Amino acid sequence: MSNPRTLYDKIWDAHVVEEQQSGNSLIYIDRHIIHEVTSPQAFEGLRVAGRPLRRPDAILAVPDHNVPTTADRATRVDSIESKTQLDALERNCAEFGVEYIPMMDARQGIVHIIGPEQGFTLPGTTIVCGDSHTSTHGAFGALAFGIGTSEVEHVMATQTLILKRSKNLRIDLSGDLGLGVTAKDVALAIIGTIGTAGGTGSVIEFTGSTFRDLSMEGRMTVCNMAIEAGARAGLIEPDEKTYEYVKGKPKAPKGAAFEMAVNYWNSLKSDEGAKYDKEIFIDVADIVPQVTWGTSPEDVLPITGVVPGADNISDPEQKASIERALHYMGLKPGEKLTDLKVDKVFIGSCTNGRIEDMRAVAEVVKGRKVADTVDALIVPGSGLVRLQAEEEGLDKIFIEAGFDWREPGCSMCLGMNADRLKPGERCASTSNRNFEGRQGPSSRTHLVSPAMAAAAAITGQLTDIREL
Amino acid sequence: MDKFTSIRAVAAPLPMINVDTDMIIPQEHLKTIARSGLGKYAFSNIRYNDDGSENADFILNQPAYRSAEILIAGENFGCGSSREHAPWALMDLGLKCVIAPSFADIFYGNCFKNGLLPIKLPQPIIDELMKDAERGANAIFTVDLENLEITRPDGDVIKFEIDGFRQHCLINGLDDIGLTIEKDEKISIFEDQQKAQQPWLYK
Ligand code: SF4
Repeated sequence: MSNPRTLYDKIWDAHVVEEQQSGNSLIYIDRHIIHEVTSPQAFEGLRVAGRPLRRPDAILAVPDHNVPTTADRATRVDSIESKTQLDALERNCAEFGVEYIPMMDARQGIVHIIGPEQGFTLPGTTIVCGDSHTSTHGAFGALAFGIGTSEVEHVMATQTLILKRSKNLRIDLSGDLGLGVTAKDVALAIIGTIGTAGGTGSVIEFTGSTFRDLSMEGRMTVCNMAIEAGARAGLIEPDEKTYEYVKGKPKAPKGAAFEMAVNYWNSLKSDEGAKYDKEIFIDVADIVPQVTWGTSPEDVLPITGVVPGADNISDPEQKASIERALHYMGLKPGEKLTDLKVDKVFIGSCTNGRIEDMRAVAEVVKGRKVADTVDALIVPGSGLVRLQAEEEGLDKIFIEAGFDWREPGCSMCLGMNADRLKPGERCASTSNRNFEGRQGPSSRTHLVSPAMAAAAAITGQLTDIREL
Repeated sequence: MDKFTSIRAVAAPLPMINVDTDMIIPQEHLKTIARSGLGKYAFSNIRYNDDGSENADFILNQPAYRSAEILIAGENFGCGSSREHAPWALMDLGLKCVIAPSFADIFYGNCFKNGLLPIKLPQPIIDELMKDAERGANAIFTVDLENLEITRPDGDVIKFEIDGFRQHCLINGLDDIGLTIEKDEKISIFEDQQKAQQPWLYK
């Protein structure tokens, strides 16, 4: 018998085309998703070198970062540069024969939401995209990771990448989540525990009953944030829930092929006794609703906490980093997080723009009103999420409560389109990054779960969802 | 890609940790379909004042460091997004080498594809180099990729490590797409096998 292997090892081994010098491997890539921002230079590279796409059928393209989210979006791209990128994607796809989902198509949405929705994301596959949050697809037991534009071009030309095997990191969490605690809080708490570089050089496998009990949406939220812990990818072993989600999706295998696939997917589990380079066990009882206070996802605290100070920090770079974050965020040490007033609330992104997130928000805001002092935006992650929400009548609840119900896209997750914060504005956001300037120059972001964002919209300040 | 053998240059000290790619090149400047011309936007949020003038405090704006080709920074440099615009912007600014205790994975890989050399060294050594760099324009460093050596301004030599394949590609300015295309036959064999086992992955 061969040595016991982890899920990561199994997927890796199944994709080695060739072992190369100095410990690199040529790894086959099954699926490639592209968007308008990180692909134009790759297509240009192919064109200049006169190289064709190796497998046009293995690529799916959709615009998401730059698209407007207002109802009049067809005629309203906010800048010449955005329009240039959007047009370039469409033109490149036509020229190279890539399937392209246009902005006005009902299936359009954020790359990491449409992959799973279209059944393009499948267990056991290798999936790449010129976007760090490609880790999202790991929720299906796929090895999925973000790559740079040169690698996008490499995959286009060869359907492979030259990679070094990552380390295996296991994060285990067992037991039931407490009241008001969601997948997002779990992800933030993990990053708070291991830090934004805690997973560097590793692929994280999330094991234990807490992750098993999460819905596919929740698993995607967790894997989405694996990159914020520095990991190359996140992984959760596929199970019945995974197959149930995949079944019937447009690009998923059908009939006998589906049965055959499930048979294979059932083998995608870490073996008993498989060795991880590192294992971290977190007690689920310690996780309460989380909120970030600073400018890195690791600057995270329970909502019951207070803004930290830098006085007791001895490392000069750490100290400077905290002081800088406090200044940037306009916070004073000792302030209660629940006393912080917000100007905007953003619900959406590839972290929390799925139907379950929409439902969680509806549950909180139903029959309530958004505070007068707050602008609240809710942006479905795809056109299909939007349609589903409308079918369930959620849009009415949002609009009734005073939310702005938008068309799908990355929106205010990053300031590349018209949706952004004004300098100094404070936002409770369900996205994944609170970096300086992320939601627009001098924007101040507090990362939270959808329910917590909804609560902040209602009260006008960061709020413990359990108290609402 | 240009060949990288060795450089002699001033090093700019940037003692910040977790310098993310949004800081290196803010997203409003990603709306380009070219690789060049991003240098003027590198670090723009901290390099320029609100009125567009230069922030005199920012290290690369100081006369001593305007011609710096080396950047010395704190841990976890390049974390955040996968944007290759980050190394493009740094190189367009004239930087050829970044030295830090650690780098985020995607950024680290992206550097090599563009001829930007990222060097990892232990924190205590970085602290020393940072002090050297603070001495300004007279403190010239040599980074020798062939021999994997950094020569400090006072002549001390520090060894560093780099993956041998990456070193080879950088020194020879090799495009790894060209190298992989030569493996076409092997890739086809892999595809045939995979297609037999997992036909659902193919149209
Ligand atoms: S929603 Fe945000 S994190 Fe996700 S792909 Fe879009 S910009 Fe990136």
